[in-house]
Amino acid sequence: MNLAFVEGLIGVDGVTALWTLAKIVGITVPIILSVAYLTYFERKVIGYMQVRIGPNRVGYKGLLQPFADVLKLLAKEIIIPSGSNKFLFILAPVLSIMPALAAWAVIPFTPDLVLAKADAGLLYVMAITSMGVYGVIVAGWASNSKYAFIGGLRSAAQIVSYEIAMGFALVCVLMMSGSLNLSTIVTEQSTAWGLLGWNLIPLFPMFLVYFIAGVAETNRAPFDVAEGESEIVAGFHVEYSGTAFAVFFLAEYANMILVAALASLMFLGGWLSPLPSALADSIGAPWLAASGLPWLLLKIAFLLFCFLWFRATFPRYRYDQIMRLGWKVFIPLTIVWLVLIGGLMQFSWWPW
Amino acid sequence: MDFRAVTFYFFAAIMVFAALRVITARNPVHSALFLVLAFFTAAGLWMLLEAEFLAIALVLVYVGAVMVLFLFVVMMLDINLDRLREGYWDYLVPALIVAGVMIAEMALVLGGRYFDLEGMPQPAPHAADYSNTRELGRLIYTEYVYPFEIAAVILTVAIVAAIALTLRRRKDTKYIDPAQQMKVRRKDRVRMVSMPLEKPSDD
Repeated sequence: MNLAFVEGLIGVDGVTALWTLAKIVGITVPIILSVAYLTYFERKVIGYMQVRIGPNRVGYKGLLQPFADVLKLLAKEIIIPSGSNKFLFILAPVLSIMPALAAWAVIPFTPDLVLAKADAGLLYVMAITSMGVYGVIVAGWASNSKYAFIGGLRSAAQIVSYEIAMGFALVCVLMMSGSLNLSTIVTEQSTAWGLLGWNLIPLFPMFLVYFIAGVAETNRAPFDVAEGESEIVAGFHVEYSGTAFAVFFLAEYANMILVAALASLMFLGGWLSPLPSALADSIGAPWLAASGLPWLLLKIAFLLFCFLWFRATFPRYRYDQIMRLGWKVFIPLTIVWLVLIGGLMQFSWWPW
Repeated sequence: MDFRAVTFYFFAAIMVFAALRVITARNPVHSALFLVLAFFTAAGLWMLLEAEFLAIALVLVYVGAVMVLFLFVVMMLDINLDRLREGYWDYLVPALIVAGVMIAEMALVLGGRYFDLEGMPQPAPHAADYSNTRELGRLIYTEYVYPFEIAAVILTVAIVAAIALTLRRRKDTKYIDPAQQMKVRRKDRVRMVSMPLEKPSDD
C-alpha cells in the first residue's frame, strides 16, 4: 500500500495527522520503555552502591523485573479515599504525566529527528514543565489526607523557587547561542575542538545550577521533601495505589529523563562528539569525532546515573536549607553569571 | 468553516465555560483550577493569533507560577463559604451598575464606526520563519527600553516593599548559619581522652 493510495483515501491533512501521530508514538514508546529500565537500573545501581545485588529473580539477571512490577501495579485496585474529591483525585496523575510527555515534542535527537522544530522550543519546554507541579498539588489536596497535603505544599513551594534559578540558567544558554531553538543551541556548540566548544566550559556554574535545580524540580533525593518517607510517609501520593500510583511513578522518571536530555542538549553539546576532529584523525578513528544519536544517549545515560548516584549518596536536605539554597545561593549566582556573560559579550572579550 | 475557525470556537467555548465556572464554582479550589484552565485556553487562542511568545509567557508566568502560589494560599485557607455568600442582594445593585457600565463601554468600542470589522482588516499571516520572539525582544530593548526599565524598577521596589513589610526578626529561632556549620572541624566537637582501662588500685 503506497502513500498516494492512503492520501486518496483520507486526504493530505489526514496523512499529515496520521504521520504526526506515528511520530508521537515513536517518541513516547521508547520513553516509557526507558522509564521501565531506568527503574531497574536505579535498583541495580543503588544495590551495588550499598553492596547488595538488587533485583535478580525475574528473568535473566532480573531483566524482566520492571514488567513484573508494572503487571503487579496494573492488577491492583485503585482505592479512592473517603471524603476525597473523586474527580480531582483521578485527574491528578494525568496532570502530572501530561507535561512530562508533552515536553518531548520539541526535543531534537539529531538535527532532523525532531517532532516540532519550534522556534521558541526552550520557552515551550519551560512553560510545559512548569505545569507538572499541578499534578502534585492537586493530588495532595484531593486525597483528603494531611500527609499528602503537606507533601503537595512542600513540593509547590520548592518547584516555584527552583524554577527561577533554572530560568536564569537557561537565559545564559540562550545568550550564548542567540536562539531559543534547541537544534540551533546544539549546532552553535559545534566547533573543531569538540568538548571545548560546549556551553559547559563558559557556563559551568550554570550547568551545576541547572542540574541541581532539575533534581529539585523532579522531587528526587536529596530534594525529595515532597515524599520524604521518614517524615510524611510518601507525601503527595500516599493515598494512591495501582495504576494511579504507577502513572505518578512514570511521570517522575520521564521528567528525570527529560531534565537529563535538556542538560545534555544545552550544556553538553547534544549529539556532538566530545573529541576534537584532529585528535580522532590522529588516532586513526575519525568516526569517533562524528556526531550522532549515540553520543546524546550516552550523555543522557551518564546524567541519569548522576541522579541515582546522588540518591544513594546524599542525605535529605532540611526544608529551610532547600529554600536557602534556591533563593540565597542559586539566584544571586545566576544573576552574577548573567551579568558577567553579558559584559564579556558586549566588550567582545569572548574567545568562543 | 476551516480548521482554524473550528479550533478557535473549540478553545473559545472551553474558555467561556471555564471563566463562568471560576465565579460559579462553590469550592474556591475548583475556582482556582478553572482559572488555570481559562489561562491555558487563552494561551491557545493567542497561539492561533501567531503571538506564540505571549502565549508561552502566559503559561509560564500565570499558569506555572502565579496560579501555583494562588492555589497554595487558597488550599491552606479554611474559607467559610456561607459567610462569603451572605450579602448577595446587598451587592447585587452596585455589581449590576458596574457590569452595565462595562457592557456600555465595550459596546461603544466594538460598535463604533472606527472599530468595526471593516476598519480592522485581517493582518497578513507571517511566513513560517518569522520569529515573534525576536521581534518582541527587539522592540522591548530598543524602542520601548525606558518604559520597560521603569516597569522593572517598579516591580523591584514592590518586591523589596513586600519583603520589608512582612520581615520580622525572631529571637527564638534556632537558625544555624550554614557557613558556620561547614567550618566546624572534628577538633571543635570531639575531645579525645586517654583513660586507663582499669582503675589503678589505691594501695
